[in-house]
Amino acid sequence: MNKNHRVPSSRSLNAVEVKSKFGAEFRRFSLDRSKPGRFDEFYGLLQHVHRIPNVELLVGYADVHGDLLPINNDDNYHKAISTANPLLRLFLQRKEEADHGTFGTDSLTRKKNTVLSAVLLRPDHNKKKPPVIISLPKDFRPVSSIIDVDILPETHRRVRLYKHGQEKPLGFYIRDGSSVRVTPQGLEKVPGIFISRLVPGGLAESTGLLAVNDEVLEVNGIEVGGKSLDQVTDMMIANSHNLIITVKPANQRNNIVRSGVGGGGGAASGSSGRSSDSSASYYGYSSHSAAASIPPHIIQNFPVGELESDEDEEDLVIEAGGEAEPIRHMASNHSMSSLPRYEPHLNLRTATTSTFSINTNGTLPTSGSSSSLSNIKATTPSPDRAMERGSLEEDGPGRR
Amino acid sequence: MRAFLEVGIVLYTLVSVLGSFVKTVEHGFPHQPSALGYSPSLKLLAIGTRSGAIKLYGSPGVEFMGLHDENAAVTQVHFMPHQVELVTLLDDNSLHMWTLRGHNGLSELLEIGRFTLTGPPGVTRVTAVLAHSSGELLLLGTEGGHVFVVEVPGFRELEERNISLDQVSSSIPDDYIGRRNLEHVEALQENPVDPDQVIIGYGRGLMVIWDLEKKLAIQHIPATQQLESVCWTEDGKYILSSHSDGSYCRWMVGGQDMNEEEKSDIPYGHFPCKAISKIVQLPTEEGPPFLLFSGGMPRASYGDRHCITVIHGKTHVALDFTSRIIDFFVIRDGPQRTDPSALVVLVEEELVVIDLQTEGWPIIQTPYLVPLHSSAITCSHHVSTIPLKLWERILAAGKHQNAHYSKKPWPITGGQNLAPDPPQRDLLLTGHEDGTVRFWDASGVCLYPMYKLSTAGVFHTDADPNDNMNQGTEGEWPPFRKVGCFDPYSDDPRLGIQKIHLCKYSGYLTVAGTAGQILMLELNDEAAEQTVEAKVVDLLQGQEGFRWKGHTQLDIQEDPVMFPAGFQPFAVVQCQPPAVVTALTLHSEWKLIAFGTSHGFGLYDYQQKNSVLIKCTLNPSDQLAMEGPLSRVKSIKKSLRQSFRRIRRSRVSLRKQHVNTQLQEANARLEAELAEMELAPVQRKIEARSSDDSFTGLVRTLYFADTFLSDSSHNTPSLWAGTNGGCVFAYMLRLPSVEHRADEPVTAQLSKEIQLMHRAPVVGIVVLDGHGAPLPEPLEVAHDLARAPDMQGSHHLLVVSEEQFKVFTLPKVSAKMKLKLTAVDGSRVRRVGMAWFGSSRTEDYGESGLLVLTNQGDVHVVSLPHVKMQVQYPCIRREDVSGIASCVFTKHGQGFYLISPSEFERFSLSTRCVVEPRCLVEAPLHSGCSNQHQSQPDGASSTHRYINLEVSLFSSCWCLLNTKYIKE
Repeated sequence: MNKNHRVPSSRSLNAVEVKSKFGAEFRRFSLDRSKPGRFDEFYGLLQHVHRIPNVELLVGYADVHGDLLPINNDDNYHKAISTANPLLRLFLQRKEEADHGTFGTDSLTRKKNTVLSAVLLRPDHNKKKPPVIISLPKDFRPVSSIIDVDILPETHRRVRLYKHGQEKPLGFYIRDGSSVRVTPQGLEKVPGIFISRLVPGGLAESTGLLAVNDEVLEVNGIEVGGKSLDQVTDMMIANSHNLIITVKPANQRNNIVRSGVGGGGGAASGSSGRSSDSSASYYGYSSHSAAASIPPHIIQNFPVGELESDEDEEDLVIEAGGEAEPIRHMASNHSMSSLPRYEPHLNLRTATTSTFSINTNGTLPTSGSSSSLSNIKATTPSPDRAMERGSLEEDGPGRR
Repeated sequence: MRAFLEVGIVLYTLVSVLGSFVKTVEHGFPHQPSALGYSPSLKLLAIGTRSGAIKLYGSPGVEFMGLHDENAAVTQVHFMPHQVELVTLLDDNSLHMWTLRGHNGLSELLEIGRFTLTGPPGVTRVTAVLAHSSGELLLLGTEGGHVFVVEVPGFRELEERNISLDQVSSSIPDDYIGRRNLEHVEALQENPVDPDQVIIGYGRGLMVIWDLEKKLAIQHIPATQQLESVCWTEDGKYILSSHSDGSYCRWMVGGQDMNEEEKSDIPYGHFPCKAISKIVQLPTEEGPPFLLFSGGMPRASYGDRHCITVIHGKTHVALDFTSRIIDFFVIRDGPQRTDPSALVVLVEEELVVIDLQTEGWPIIQTPYLVPLHSSAITCSHHVSTIPLKLWERILAAGKHQNAHYSKKPWPITGGQNLAPDPPQRDLLLTGHEDGTVRFWDASGVCLYPMYKLSTAGVFHTDADPNDNMNQGTEGEWPPFRKVGCFDPYSDDPRLGIQKIHLCKYSGYLTVAGTAGQILMLELNDEAAEQTVEAKVVDLLQGQEGFRWKGHTQLDIQEDPVMFPAGFQPFAVVQCQPPAVVTALTLHSEWKLIAFGTSHGFGLYDYQQKNSVLIKCTLNPSDQLAMEGPLSRVKSIKKSLRQSFRRIRRSRVSLRKQHVNTQLQEANARLEAELAEMELAPVQRKIEARSSDDSFTGLVRTLYFADTFLSDSSHNTPSLWAGTNGGCVFAYMLRLPSVEHRADEPVTAQLSKEIQLMHRAPVVGIVVLDGHGAPLPEPLEVAHDLARAPDMQGSHHLLVVSEEQFKVFTLPKVSAKMKLKLTAVDGSRVRRVGMAWFGSSRTEDYGESGLLVLTNQGDVHVVSLPHVKMQVQYPCIRREDVSGIASCVFTKHGQGFYLISPSEFERFSLSTRCVVEPRCLVEAPLHSGCSNQHQSQPDGASSTHRYINLEVSLFSSCWCLLNTKYIKE
């Protein structure tokens, strides 16, 4: 199944060989690497070669590591073209099918079988088992995740803890300490913030992603260097509803190291500029079997919209009626889409979830590509894809 | 894009009305003073502190401040006679020369040189300084017994003029007991009539009169007791010496029999006495001289008293101060400028000036340097632009209280105050631990005491009113007289004032205290006897399982009480349980007050004197709030902290002039141990806030607003309350019409309850009108002092929590805008105030902004109504928790915070309102009696002396200044 490690062909390096798969059908054509054109044109070309002019498509390609990555704007299209070596393998899906979780990826579970293989195997699975055996991932609640694996140094880990609606405490303590940094002047001892204790049964412990003596480097995208223990404590508590901590694990052996399946190596993968979290959250899941085989706290099985509703905007407003007895009802005055919602925080989760999943999947198909960014920004996902990507690459998620 | 433009405009306009952040002046009494100096020619007073600050004061409004770079205590301050220079000696044995330099018509205090005697430290440690009347010499007595002569201001050592110990000891009479070791130089004094003669007093007791010109000893005075101080009488005929055994001696100068004291006395004798640390004798035009000395009390019975004894003829008084005496001097007046007119005493906690010319020696009230902390400050409240009428009435009430002060004007009159008159009358109210509220004139540079209100009279307290130890009984010896107002001992801590709210238009004042008491007071120009009506309010409202373990409530005096003119209480509300009042607000137009504690809040109608609303906010699972103000865990922590502080403090106070090396070592060890203990890992729990946290029900803020609470067409009075748990309650109030106000009830109905998701404490609630401006204060519009709020456009609610600022629409509460603070930089809102920034360019233009002080000590200005961060300035060190907690903002972009228990720092963010000292001190025209070289304050003769300065950190900077100076 390992198709992506090919000897470069003797043909002109200027041409990109494209193999496009839609359903059971393949199309092959080539593109000029130096002049790839725009995504719109490319999209039109795909519809043309497959003769499906009115079908809404999701375009994916296999990158050098075997990850299935989307093509939905000029940037990632160009990226795909430029990294094709020389074969560019495309996978097209009907949009409506994609919504039902028929394809996706998970960077973190690469060890078993590559995403690519999972996708390729997908028709077989379909034949064997109907897709409804396992609950849809969006019915699960995310607990934690590792995010931005590809833009962080390998020694760092960015962990997201989802406190919202949880009875479990976050359950960890931090302390002052010192760490050694390499500087041009040599080794330097600098003060740092460290995890000092994990509460048994707490969220932090249950994820297995944080450990005692991990150094905290960032909180929700903001560096903690130069900040006091109390300041960092306050920052973490203020972000507790959606806490993203970047740590330098004390134990570096368990790091996710790019295995170099595709021969590209870890360093090259960073250039994709995309968080595995986001692609996963949008594109769904490699396969149901894959989704089921990995622990629930690592998979990215949640609709993007849920995080937005997770924002701390859910202040509870109780309006007293004409009589003394207070009547609970939601404020429904949403004149602008960017306005935060006012809903009782005890509100049924499914209701909000579905609203947002329709929203994201239906009308704003691109927002997923930067879910971690837009989640934190809590603004309407910008339709300007290029800009969004840019900010993601420059600042990393979580930065405002 | 539009939003962006809008922000741009706001930024632009606010910048034009915002000044830069400046700390303008320090009010109050310097913390830990350590040295006192006075220049009779400049009429300026100088105080040095343990932290290395030097402060100069003249006539009210004339003040200067300097800070030594070294963080060492100032041990001595000496003005150069008849000059604008002064010399300071620090704990680290360095000498510093300061001058008052004119610049743009104003004087500035500048350090112009520094000097340290070179040599072995045991020998060259300076113990005595004499600024010679020639103005060119400085005589430095040292621990080794040598006297070094230094030329000033250049600090050039004149080695040939030094008076070495050998020179002196060669001529000591053989029979003198202390011949072997004279010890350090304790005192250096110049002969008032012959500047060539100085007396050198050695620690062992021997005094030598030395001729500077002839370089020889003229006379030896063989005192045998440890010497404490020496004083040369005005006519040069006698020398007074005071000693460690509590005795003083008078010696004849130039007499035949030099070895006999003319007179010797132990004034409080028989039993062992403490040392007389300083003695001064001053003649009067006619009549007996004044003899003043500090200390000398009988060791066993009054060894703990801090006394200065003044003897004039038959009058003998031991002035008994409440804190340690640092130093004193006497100001002299009269036709020949010889009569002592005022005694100025610097004690550890205050400056006391005693009028020596009025019968009974009354105290002259100080216009500055007032001890703010005479009882510890517990809260403060600032009111801007006081109407003249109220101002005068408060002043009049204060005048009644000041009857016991001397009528004499303030005797320290140096310099000219060139600051313009303050544009408005501002009042700062401080609440104190002893239940008093002090009213300060905060309009100008001098924080002047106007009036003091005591609330203790309303209650029965443990203290016996007749328990007055101050007045000595007839015939008591020593004849004590208590002086000074510093009194840190509170009779009853429950009396402590926690919240103050004054309505400047109606003169209604409400104050609330530690034991849940809320007093309503009204300004009355006459003294009146009245019974105060008390109303107990049960904030628990039947909440089960409560056990209050805190203090009991205060007992009200049932009998009518005589209240002096001023603010007189007419109603008291007592919260049950009697927890500390945490929020208080007053609406004088509606005649309502709202108050809150950790258990709930209430609304009280002070016209009908009944409570309108009681709301319990207590969470039944909140054990800490249930039990009382102090949990056991907390108190242990606190007591540990206190004991460490005590250790540290004792270490500081042990640091005396002659440091014992052993002690030093022990201290170093202790310090290391302390540091180690503090390095023990501190860890912080990371946990989201929950409704089960402690003190979520504590009421943090209360606010009255006339706004659109239920529908967008009818505005109604409303009460807003914010809690520690991030909850906001809004009540709609129904007030009867004016004619039925006295008999129909006021009602309150819960209209809205907002639970902020992030659950951070709500510290401020403001309603913004249709223009985005905050609603005016009650009665402000009625008095034509504010524009009526815009009731056409929709109102907005601004909720400030410790973590973020949120703007909600009204009447339908939905979030419109927000600004996050803690999530972004980890700082939390500690204090918040609304301010109006007037433009410095146009008279009528200005904007409202939110002033915010964070727990990191930074001041932010947040624009309204867009809640955008405009500027940020570092203001207070983040470790200074009490400073941050004490900060109070004015309505015009200024602020105050405590830099020590006794001092307020004033700062300004506004271009229009800056209160800072602007003053000029001119060099005195020398009219001395001697033929000394006359000092020239300005011009060439003074510049050349500065040139050969020692190499110092300062010198490069000074060179720049110097060139500029020469050009001028």
